[in-house]
Amino acid sequence: MIEIKNIEKYFGNNHVLKNVSFTFERGKTNLIIGESGSGKTTLIKILVGLQNKDQGTVLFNGEDVNKMNNKEIRRFRKEIGMLFQGGALYDYMTVEENIMFPLSMFTDKTDDEMLERVNFCLKRVNLKGKNNLMPSELSGGMKKRVAIARAIVMQPKYLFCDEPNSGLDPNTAILIDNLIQEITEEYNITTIVNTHDMNSVMQIGTNIAFIYKGEMWWQGSKEELIKANNKELTDFVFASDLFKRLRRP
Amino acid sequence: MLKLLKHFGLYFIMMKKVITIPEKWSAFRKQFVFELTKIGLNSIGIVLFISFFVGGVVSIQTALNLQNPLLPKYLIGLASRDSLILEFSPTMISLILAGKVGSSIASEIGSMRVSEQIDALEIMGVNSASFLILPKIIASLCFFPILVILSMGIGMIGAWIGALSVNITTTDFLYGLRYEFISFYITYAIIKTLVFAFIVSSISSYFGYYAQGGAIAVGKSSTEAVVYSSIFILVFNFILTKLILA
Repeated sequence: MIEIKNIEKYFGNNHVLKNVSFTFERGKTNLIIGESGSGKTTLIKILVGLQNKDQGTVLFNGEDVNKMNNKEIRRFRKEIGMLFQGGALYDYMTVEENIMFPLSMFTDKTDDEMLERVNFCLKRVNLKGKNNLMPSELSGGMKKRVAIARAIVMQPKYLFCDEPNSGLDPNTAILIDNLIQEITEEYNITTIVNTHDMNSVMQIGTNIAFIYKGEMWWQGSKEELIKANNKELTDFVFASDLFKRLRRP
Repeated sequence: MLKLLKHFGLYFIMMKKVITIPEKWSAFRKQFVFELTKIGLNSIGIVLFISFFVGGVVSIQTALNLQNPLLPKYLIGLASRDSLILEFSPTMISLILAGKVGSSIASEIGSMRVSEQIDALEIMGVNSASFLILPKIIASLCFFPILVILSMGIGMIGAWIGALSVNITTTDFLYGLRYEFISFYITYAIIKTLVFAFIVSSISSYFGYYAQGGAIAVGKSSTEAVVYSSIFILVFNFILTKLILA
């Protein structure tokens, strides 16, 4: 479980996050939704420690990251897996080397043990046998799946996904969404997905946070979302005709 | 002025992160060998090609400027040797490598930055600066001197061919090459090369590491890496010459 309390962030005079508080629950797919520029990516970057917050607290299972020493932070980082928007695979490594990288850096496993784990993860993301392909030889969806395999190879407690469906066709997007949800439930991890894809919201949104102009505007489940009467939220979620039909009795 | 101070500050913050004991020696070794190939072996061809022809041109131009019958012919060999060892090989080859290796380092690290690969390393708990930059700096420190020594040798062969083309005999040329040879000049050249290797690899890494934006930012970082590496090479060339030779 991750709790954020009263997070504030400024970029110069621009107040990007305003007193944001939320609880991301374990074993659930927690979604952060909002328009472009609403502060979603900044929030996720603050959560994983890629950006500093100006105020507030982030608690990972009750532990305050700010109070950790360097050794504890390094230990904690190994509990985090992240799926980046573009996959962020290392160009000069094969699929196998990409997935094996965290294992080779942080474990004392033998080559055979590492390979076994890599093959398990590849199988889990339906890419069995693609070990020797280079990232340039992969499609967008395959890159995302390799990135998921790399994110879960160390058996993380927390999985962060930044726009996992951007640039993907609807079928592949559904595949990625399902994979994220399955992994979350299978390993009982805390997953946080940053998205503005409404298909994802309806597909996997068990705990949703809507950020509007840097403020935590609304929170609830996808079932509650359909019935919600919050104007900013409904303007955002039901912007398309397809989703408007969802609300019709 | 403030911008300049900010650059220096960020450079030293980055270097503080770079100069640390590698987290895993096996990973460092792998990266180091990879960088040796990219930075060193892949530069041999261009260094040999340029050195050969510049060596030839140096001896031809020296011969044309020393046509006074009172001046001995062996001076062509001597002048070519000193030009190559003192200036051309360490400084000019480093400037050429600033263009080739420096732009490659900056664009590689810059692309990794804009495609979030560096963020991915950081999230895993890897010291990205040390993991990516330290092997490049060590590989440059190891291979630049080798390239410069090769350049001296091939440059002198080029100079000999050039000398033959302006009717200087091999005997005269070789006599000039050996005449009053000061071995410290080689030491001086290597010292300069080591400093230039550090300048090229660290400054280029700096511009790549702090690239922000997209493809244009990567291109900009690559250009800045070459420009600033070249400026610092020339400034340090002056300072080191003054300190060591004057």
